Amino acid sequence: MGYKTVDRPRLRFLERIYLGPVVLGLGRTIKHFFGVFADLFRWDRKKYAITMQYPEERWDFKDNFRGAPALVKDQFGREKCVACQICEFVCPPKAISIWPAEFEDAANNVEKYPARFEIDMLRCIYCGYCEEACPEEAIFLVKEAELVGADKRAFVHDKEKLYAMGGIREDRILKWHHK
Amino acid sequence: MTILGILGKILHIVIVVWLVLPLLAALLVWAERRVSAFMQDRLGPNRVGPAGLLQPIADLLKFIFKEDVVPGHVNKVLYVIAPALTLVPAMLTFCVVPYARGMAIADLNVGILLVFSIASLGVYGITIGGWASNSKFSLLGGVRSSAQMISYEIPLGLAVIPVLLVVGNLNLESIVAWQAGHVWLVLPLFPAFVVFLVSSYAETNRLPFDLPEAETELVAGYHTEYSSMKFALFFLAEYINMVTAAALVVTLFFGGYTLPFVTLPGGAWGTLLSGLIFAAKVGFFLFLYIWVRWTLPRFRYDQLMGLGWKKMLPFSVAVILVTAGVRAYLLG
Repeated sequence: MGYKTVDRPRLRFLERIYLGPVVLGLGRTIKHFFGVFADLFRWDRKKYAITMQYPEERWDFKDNFRGAPALVKDQFGREKCVACQICEFVCPPKAISIWPAEFEDAANNVEKYPARFEIDMLRCIYCGYCEEACPEEAIFLVKEAELVGADKRAFVHDKEKLYAMGGIREDRILKWHHK
Repeated sequence: MTILGILGKILHIVIVVWLVLPLLAALLVWAERRVSAFMQDRLGPNRVGPAGLLQPIADLLKFIFKEDVVPGHVNKVLYVIAPALTLVPAMLTFCVVPYARGMAIADLNVGILLVFSIASLGVYGITIGGWASNSKFSLLGGVRSSAQMISYEIPLGLAVIPVLLVVGNLNLESIVAWQAGHVWLVLPLFPAFVVFLVSSYAETNRLPFDLPEAETELVAGYHTEYSSMKFALFFLAEYINMVTAAALVVTLFFGGYTLPFVTLPGGAWGTLLSGLIFAAKVGFFLFLYIWVRWTLPRFRYDQLMGLGWKKMLPFSVAVILVTAGVRAYLLG
């Protein structure tokens, strides 16, 4: 116990003067050097230079990417949120704040709408529970992932910003039309 | 020498040593980073200026504006002069190299001896820097550096002797002239060239012999405690040493600024052309330095010493004996 004697292979002369492996290694590195060099002049299918040049090239996010949460409107431009506040309730870090208001004329059978809808992106953990919980399919996690701001206020997304990010999603059920 | 001649010489020194060499070193830093990146399937700095060429300038600005920290535990006098002691020999050695036809700053008859005597002074800067820093990493780096440079200076010097035996002259210009008249010395003296090249890696503290820095073991070696411009001076010295070493390899073994079978035109154009030829050759060897650095891992310390004393030294002595024997036989 304690220590173990390891058999070291006795190197042959050619192995001891290092030169063969050195030349092989040099060949390997120069192959990659010219590979990247050739890739600089190739605009499709780079084989070696696979580094993404970030501000010019962006990630190709999939449709189920969980970026920043945003509100959506249906194909008629109606805001789908009915201010039920379930997302506000389910939100683990309490990032969502909703101030509900009632419609005077109750158009489309909808009674409530969010007067103010704010998501504090400094609190948001991108868990997607709001999207899961929403009974109206009004809130989605969109592909927006690069949020920049100079102060904390810039990271509180208001209703206008949330609709701008969410845009329009076609509603195939239109349940309020069939009431 | 007339006043005008002296002024011209000073201008020559200022342009070559203070302007071209540091710019070349800056270019080399950029090349090092891009080439290493390419070899590792990355792109390297490509943002500042065209293809990232201005990156070293940005680095330099950063160095200038950084706080110049002198740690409280250092020997202040030695700590301050150590970077200069490294940089000055690095710049001085280039003076005897004929970088274009008739364009050595100092065309000395003892050229190659001057190179060795000055280059061996460079170790003082590193050792003193390591000692003055008063930290174990720096000290170990400095001690390793001195041991390594002393061990490899001997094969380096011995590898030059076959060249001197063949040419029969210490003057670098005459060595170039001999090669222009006969043959590049790398062909008859290939073993000496290999010894010289390998030793020059150790002499310039480059991988696979960068034991004085050895990031993985010694943080940064002798310049661990240095920051801002003082660190930049060490850095600059390393790269200027590389240029000088490459220039020496080219001058001693690859015909300097000449090409075989080609007679350069006289006058200014010929001189310019010879300078470009020299630059191309030096450029290849600088690339080789970078290439080797990003290919080979670092030697262990005892392997380094074993290679230096037990293999390179006897081998270079054997090369000298064979060269001397052949020369004696040929010349009767």
